[in-house]
Amino acid sequence: MTFINYASREINCKIVYYGPGLGGKTTNLQYIYDSTAAQAKGKLISLATETDRTLFFDFLPLDLGTVRGFKTRFHLYTVPGQVFYDASRKLILKGVDGMVFVADSQRERMDANIESLFNLELNLKQHGYDLMKVPYVLQLNKRDLPNVVSAADLTAELRRKGEPVFEGVANRGIGVFDTLKAVAKQVLLELRKNGGG
Amino acid sequence: MSTPVVLYEQEYEQLKRVITRLCADANAKFVFLVDKNGQQIAAHGEMLNLDTTSLASLTAGNVAATDGLAHLIGERGFPVLSHEGEKDNLHISIVAARVILVVIFDERSSLGLVRLRVKRATGEMNSIFELIDAKIDRERDMGVALDSPFAEITEEDIDALFN
Repeated sequence: MTFINYASREINCKIVYYGPGLGGKTTNLQYIYDSTAAQAKGKLISLATETDRTLFFDFLPLDLGTVRGFKTRFHLYTVPGQVFYDASRKLILKGVDGMVFVADSQRERMDANIESLFNLELNLKQHGYDLMKVPYVLQLNKRDLPNVVSAADLTAELRRKGEPVFEGVANRGIGVFDTLKAVAKQVLLELRKNGGG
Repeated sequence: MSTPVVLYEQEYEQLKRVITRLCADANAKFVFLVDKNGQQIAAHGEMLNLDTTSLASLTAGNVAATDGLAHLIGERGFPVLSHEGEKDNLHISIVAARVILVVIFDERSSLGLVRLRVKRATGEMNSIFELIDAKIDRERDMGVALDSPFAEITEEDIDALFN
């Protein structure tokens, strides 16, 4: 839920990266963190297991600059992708303004992508959201690996509503900012539609 | 999509006054208000270099996880959480059902004093949040569009953010 603070002239929006385990959600945030100027970002917080698997969430606050005199800040979150962390995933979706689905392009992860997308729709519904109405972007990650499904087939399988689709190699930054920009744009345009209230 | 949460200058100043007084009355080091989605609303205190953005996000995560636990055992929620450290302690409570009040205190105060002062401040803040809700409802009923800075945002404005 967007938070507009007229006193400090700030607007805060929440974007959540969703997708199957080991698909590259945290890597997206890590790349954004590594390539953003120090004054534009806060700390990257990772609540992870000892083996670096996301346990609860990753969090990165990002200042994008000023729009019409208001400081525009995006709070980026990831969810834990592993199936059994569903209760945690659900909590993080609360108050979401925009979603990114990070799909793993590898052939053997196709079922995991479909299961995770189904889980996203279900969890959004439980919070009273409809994926069809939420600002949303699909990222096809790991395009550099040898065993990938073609982008056309992945898109045909995973695209839900004509959302923007980006091919990505998150660990090299390919597609990372295109994805973020596309979802941020939809979130801000949604604000225009709602007239801020 | 849900409508945005809006905070105006007048109510912000009122909230700020309440937490400033709470900080003094409770002998606390730091008091801050954060919404349940992890967005900081107001803060007051003496702790320098405190990363309040991270604090806000982790507090919201903590409250969300604890609420989840409560539901699992058939409780509606745990409205007060307390964390005791070697030097500093955290007192976390819910205000107006949707805002989290966090008090950081050390040995100069006590849990009992903090709880007492928080109770009074919570009553005052509940009234302020009722006023905010009433104001937004009134304006909506009258068909008054909120003075949104985003009503005329253009795609060029957005592109400029990323350049």
